[in-house]
Amino acid sequence: MIILAFFVQTLRIATPYLLAASGGVLCERAGIIALTLEGWMLTSAFCAALGSFYAQSAWVGLLAGIAGGVAAAALHALASIRYRANQVVVGIAINLLAIGTTRFFLRLAFDSSSNSPRVSGFDWYVTSGDSASGPVAVLASLANPLVIAGLLSLPAVAWVLGNLPFGLRVRAVGEKPEAAESLGVGPSRVRWAAVLAAGALTSLGGVYLALDQHQFTDNMTAGRGFIALAAVIFGNWRPTRVAVACVLFAAAETLQIQLQGLQLIPSQFVEMIPYVLTIVALAGVVGRAVPPAALGKPTA
Amino acid sequence: MSSNATAGGLATTWLAPLVALLIAAIVGDVLILSFGQAPGEVYRLLIQGTWANPYGLGQVLYKATTLTFTGLAVALGLRAGLFNIGAEGQLAAGGFGAAMAGLLLPAGTPALLAVPFCLIGAALGGGVVGAVPGVLKAKFGASEVIVTIMLNFVVLAFLNWIVAAKMHVGESLHTPPINAGALPRLSDVAPAFHGSAANATIILAMVTALAVGWFLFRTRAGYDLRATGLQPDAAEYGGVSVGRVHFRALTMAGALAGLGGVNYVLGYKQYYEEGFAAGAGFLGIAVALVGRNHPAGVPLAALLFATISQGGLAVNAIVPKQMVEVLTAVVIIAVAVTVPEVQRLVGSVRRKVAA
Repeated sequence: MIILAFFVQTLRIATPYLLAASGGVLCERAGIIALTLEGWMLTSAFCAALGSFYAQSAWVGLLAGIAGGVAAAALHALASIRYRANQVVVGIAINLLAIGTTRFFLRLAFDSSSNSPRVSGFDWYVTSGDSASGPVAVLASLANPLVIAGLLSLPAVAWVLGNLPFGLRVRAVGEKPEAAESLGVGPSRVRWAAVLAAGALTSLGGVYLALDQHQFTDNMTAGRGFIALAAVIFGNWRPTRVAVACVLFAAAETLQIQLQGLQLIPSQFVEMIPYVLTIVALAGVVGRAVPPAALGKPTA
Repeated sequence: MSSNATAGGLATTWLAPLVALLIAAIVGDVLILSFGQAPGEVYRLLIQGTWANPYGLGQVLYKATTLTFTGLAVALGLRAGLFNIGAEGQLAAGGFGAAMAGLLLPAGTPALLAVPFCLIGAALGGGVVGAVPGVLKAKFGASEVIVTIMLNFVVLAFLNWIVAAKMHVGESLHTPPINAGALPRLSDVAPAFHGSAANATIILAMVTALAVGWFLFRTRAGYDLRATGLQPDAAEYGGVSVGRVHFRALTMAGALAGLGGVNYVLGYKQYYEEGFAAGAGFLGIAVALVGRNHPAGVPLAALLFATISQGGLAVNAIVPKQMVEVLTAVVIIAVAVTVPEVQRLVGSVRRKVAA
């Protein structure tokens, strides 16, 4: 039972990481720096809460969340692809923009500076009475379309990158955009498509957060987008390894939560794990992390 | 250089930030209108709450002081062709270093001794944090963008742990007050500024901006740094050790951001408190961009963003203060977009004139 609870909680914590990291892999493999995962997620979480609140439907919330995240991604694409702006600067600014706009519209829509009212989520299987604490109840918390999407997201990205013509083009413009262009592949167009698709995937992570907690709270992503980015880099931009990294980071968090009472390791040190591992991976101490060759470079 | 080219240079340098501010003003108007308020009234309140009264002005100066340091930290990195996004963690570590130095000293240490000691503590705290991406960049070519971002989280978590586990006072999240090294407030000499946090760190900020300018444009090491930023391969060919320049630039940038911690710790509260950096490190990126990475432009840009930030509090009664966070982000995006765009436009105009 303890093992089952650990497994389930790890999976729930890993869900937003898996979704955002799948967007991160797609975006970075196309050569666009994914510093904005945090901002995309936060925007989509807010839009999901907004949609779910007004329509009283989690599905409308899902659609609204995706629309918000894709809009944020489109702004990122417009600035860094169309206008060739520095992707690091734009990335940082879009994260700030997401914090600012969600706070502003939280005041405007719900007259609050901390959270939205309760909204509907995907409660497919709600247990009550005696079964509320049994193994069925624990497993029931996984009955959520977004948890399933999280499990499928990185395998799907791996399949697209490895098997579809579009995936090949994404990798081409991420490594050698000039070569791709000489073969008749428009690098800008491919990058636009990749960034928008990445925005949609990452949005699912934000939607999951808002609908799982049944509300939007100020800055509710709390660095999860950066943990996902850390997983992308630690996983060396390869979907399978990235998925392992996401689950690893989530397991460490779960372990910390479950052992909280024992005071073995301070929580702050557990928080550091993804970031320290990423720095170590970049330094090349264990298996050098090598980014896509054209990452961050605008195309002609 | 012909006078035409100089005019073009000036246009590309200052036109882009001006266009960006114009775009931000339009977005600001839309946000204000969406909240059902008149833009003119909001801007009037904003000026009234900042430059038009001594307290507001003092707060603007206080905020601009920290932003000058973090702006310089980002600008110095950019001059070397490096993106230092770690100013947030470096600022916090610098504040912590200053507080540690002030706690180590016995009470009653003369200011002439205590203040420099605490300044060294601040520069050391930030410098160590800056040296990490410096070493990793120079030795392994690790992307300083990612390392500095990730290091922010590590440094802040580590400092939170130290304060929470080892040295907080009572239920608070701050250290005990320092024994020596406190700086005088502006209100000590000009009582009208009473209540504002502005303090002698302003002078340190101005001296530091001058020193950075002197270093960049008047010393051999500064020349090497700028050459590396413009053309690393050419600099290497010309005998510059690019790795050493990268290490030096990031360490110095860290120390500069770290000195910013003095403003809060020595000048304002006399203790280190969790979360005092509060985004001033990230805002340093905006300051450096709008200040065009120039030691003279950075303090001006710092004043601008400090005014916007303090102005948000002044208008909070009628529009949410979060509006200024949106506007800051819009300015950054607009500058990032308009700089290459303006350069392209000026270039094409010049080509037409020449043809």
